[in-house]
Amino acid sequence: MSDPLFGAMRQSIIDGAPDTATELAHQALANGIDPLEAVNQGFAAGIKFAGDQFGCGEMFLPDLLASAEAMKAAIKILEPEMLKRGSEREALGKIVLGTARGDIHDIGKNLVATILSASGFQIFDLGTSVTPEQFVAKAKEVDADIVGVSALLTTTMAGQKAVIEALDRNGLRPRVKAIIGGAAVTAKWAAEIGADGFSRNAIDALELAKNLMGKVMNEVRSKGIAEA
Amino acid sequence: MRPRIQLLSPEVIGRILREAFELLMDPGVRVGSAPVVELLRSAGVEVAAGVADNDGVARIPERLVQQCLASAPRDFYLYNRQGEKAVHYGGDDVHFDPGSCCVQMLDPETLEARPSETRDLVRIVQVTETLPQFAAQSTAVVCSDACGDSRAASAIGDLYRLFVVLQHSDKPVVTGSFSAAGLQGMIDLLAADSGSPDKLRQQPRAVFDVCPSPPLNWSEFGSRNLLDLARAGVPAQIVSMPLAGGTAPVTLAGSVTQHAAEVLAGITLHQLAGPGSPVVWGGAPAIFDMRTGGAPMGAVETAMLNMACAEVGKRLGLPTHGYLVATDSKLVDAQAGAESARSAMLGALAGINMISGAGMLESLACFSVEKLVIDAESIASAYRLARGIDVRGDEVRGDEVPSEKARGEKVPRETLATAMFAQTGLSGEFLKLKETRALFRQEQHLPSPVIDRSARGSEPASDVFTRARIRVDELVSKYRKPTLSEDVLRKFQAIVDREADRAGVVGTETGKNVGAATGTTLGALGG
Repeated sequence: MSDPLFGAMRQSIIDGAPDTATELAHQALANGIDPLEAVNQGFAAGIKFAGDQFGCGEMFLPDLLASAEAMKAAIKILEPEMLKRGSEREALGKIVLGTARGDIHDIGKNLVATILSASGFQIFDLGTSVTPEQFVAKAKEVDADIVGVSALLTTTMAGQKAVIEALDRNGLRPRVKAIIGGAAVTAKWAAEIGADGFSRNAIDALELAKNLMGKVMNEVRSKGIAEA
Repeated sequence: MRPRIQLLSPEVIGRILREAFELLMDPGVRVGSAPVVELLRSAGVEVAAGVADNDGVARIPERLVQQCLASAPRDFYLYNRQGEKAVHYGGDDVHFDPGSCCVQMLDPETLEARPSETRDLVRIVQVTETLPQFAAQSTAVVCSDACGDSRAASAIGDLYRLFVVLQHSDKPVVTGSFSAAGLQGMIDLLAADSGSPDKLRQQPRAVFDVCPSPPLNWSEFGSRNLLDLARAGVPAQIVSMPLAGGTAPVTLAGSVTQHAAEVLAGITLHQLAGPGSPVVWGGAPAIFDMRTGGAPMGAVETAMLNMACAEVGKRLGLPTHGYLVATDSKLVDAQAGAESARSAMLGALAGINMISGAGMLESLACFSVEKLVIDAESIASAYRLARGIDVRGDEVRGDEVPSEKARGEKVPRETLATAMFAQTGLSGEFLKLKETRALFRQEQHLPSPVIDRSARGSEPASDVFTRARIRVDELVSKYRKPTLSEDVLRKFQAIVDREADRAGVVGTETGKNVGAATGTTLGALGG
C-alpha cells in the first residue's frame, strides 16, 4: 500500500524543506494515515536516500543537516499521534554522546547526533568536555546501548580511553558498546584502547551504530538462549 | 619592485574591521576563566553570564580594543641561542617554520602513519637546523614514547617537546602549551636557556601559539595562557582558526571577519595584562570540507583565508602569522607537492612574517621529514619569487634567504643587456662573462638534488620521495648538536623533574615512558 503523499514526504526530506515536511505531516494526520507508516514509508525513506547520496559524494554536509532538520520537523508533528496510538517509532537504540574531557570541539559530535537522531536512534547528548564519570552515570541512567566519545585534539584523545576504562570498571561493557570519533582518531587507536568501533564521519557512524545494534541484539538473544 | 598579492581592497578591510568590532559587542566573546573575567571587568567591560556554567560573555567596546592595539608593538625579534636577531616579526619579512604538534609520523619504509616519538622530533629538529629556509624550529611532533596516554605524562608533553628542541637547536622556536598549568614550566625552561627571565624578556627565543576556539570563544586555558605570556613578556602568537562553513561563516570574507574579531579580543586580553608585550596577528583559518567535515589545509581557499587574514593584521600594523605549506594528501606525492608549493608561494607573496606548516601531511594529522626537505625547496622558490626581478643599477636590496645574503657578492652596476652584449657581440659566450659568474647565484635559486634537473642517464629515473630520503640522511649526518653548558642542562633537568612531580608523573606509572620524560632523558638523547 503506497499513499501518493509518501513520495512527497520523501522528497521534502531530500530537499531539506522543514516547512513542507511539517505541512505533509499535518496532511497525513488529516487524511488518517498511520503516522508510523508516514515515517517509515515517507520521511525516513528520504533520510535513507540523503545518506546514500552523501555516501557517494552527491550530497554534502549542509544538505544532510537540512534533511535531518526537515525530519525533525515532521517527527515533531507526528509524534503526539504516535504516542496516542501506542505506535511510537521504536528507537533503533539508545546512544549517549559527548566530547572527551577537556575538549570543547563539538562540531563532529553534533553532526553525529543529528544524523543518528534523524535515523531513529535515541540520543542523549552530554555536550562538551564530559568526564568518564558523567558518561558512566548517563549510560546507567538511560540503559544505553552505545556510548560515543568524540575528541578533536590529540591531547584529549586520552579521554576516550578513560571513558572506555570507566565503562569497563563499572561492568557496563561488553553490553554497552563504546565508539569513538574525531579528526585524529585512527583504527589503530580504536583497537589500542579497545573501542568497539570508530568512524570517520557521521554517515559512517550511522552504519557503525546500526551494525553494533545488530551485535547488541544478537548478544541479547544468545544470552537469552544460554539462560533458557 | 617586490611582487605582492593583495586579495582585499582597503575598503573591504575597513568593512571587515567594522563588522569585527560589531561582533565584539554583539554577540560578544565567550571568556572562560575567572582571572580573565576579572581583568575585563576592571577595564570596564560588561561580562554577562555565559553559555556554560564556567564562562561569561564579554562585550568589548571598540574604544578599549583600539587602546590595546595602540600599546601592541609594531614589530619585534626572536633571537637565537647566540643572542643574534634571527626572526623579524614585522613589515613584510617572511619566515617559515615546520608545522606543530603533530601526532603521527609517516614511516618512509612502509608509507604508513605511526605514532610519533622522541627520535622523530630529534630528526625533524636536526633537519630543520641545517636548512636555511627555516628561520625557526617548532615543537613539531608529540612524543608518544615519552608522553603517551598517561594523563599525567601527557600533561607535561608540551614541556618535554620544548626540552628536546632546546637541547638540539640554536634557532628560535615556535611552540605552545595545551594547558594553563603547563606554561610556566616552559617559560622557566626558556629563561634557563636565556640566562634569566629578564634576558628572556629582552631577547625572546620563542613565540607561543595561543588559540581561541571558534566561534568567538577564549576558553579557559587559551585566555589564561595569553595573560601569563603577556605578564612574562614572552611573545604570544594568536592562532585563530575559523573553519569557513563549519565553525565560521561560509564566505571567505565572513570567516576573515570572525578571525579578526577573535584576534582583536585576544590582543585586548593580552595587552590589558601586559601592555607593550609582543603579540602576533596569527591564524590557521581553513575552509570546512563539506564531504568529510575536515579542514583541508591544502585547499587554495585555505591559502586565500590565510592571506586575507594577514592583510587585515597588516592594516593594523601588527606582526603576522599563517598556517600554510601543508597538504591533505596522506603520502608525499604530487598532491602534497602541488598544495604545499602553491601555498608557500602565496604566503611569501602575502608577506606573512611567520608561516608554519611545512612537513605536514593529512590535514595536519601526520608529519613527514621527507616532505620537510621537499617543502624547503618550495620555500626557496617562494623566496626567489617574492624577491622579484632585480633591475641592476637600482639599489640592490638584501636577499631574504640568509645563506645567500651571507655571501654578499658585489653587484656590478649595469645596463640590462647592452653592456654585456658590448662584450660578447654575437658570439653568444655569456658563460664566460664576469657578470654571469658574479650574478648567477642571485639571479637563480640553486636547488638541492631533491629537485631533479638532470639529463636522463642510463639509471632509471628516481622520484622526489626517494631523493628526499637520501637528502634527509645527508642533512642529519651534517648536523652538529649544540653544546649547552652543564649548568643549563642541570637547570633544564630540574625544571622537567619539578614539572613531572607537579603533574603527578611517578616512576612506576608508565615505565620507560616516564623514564624518558624525566630522569633518563639527557642520557637517552645524548646522541
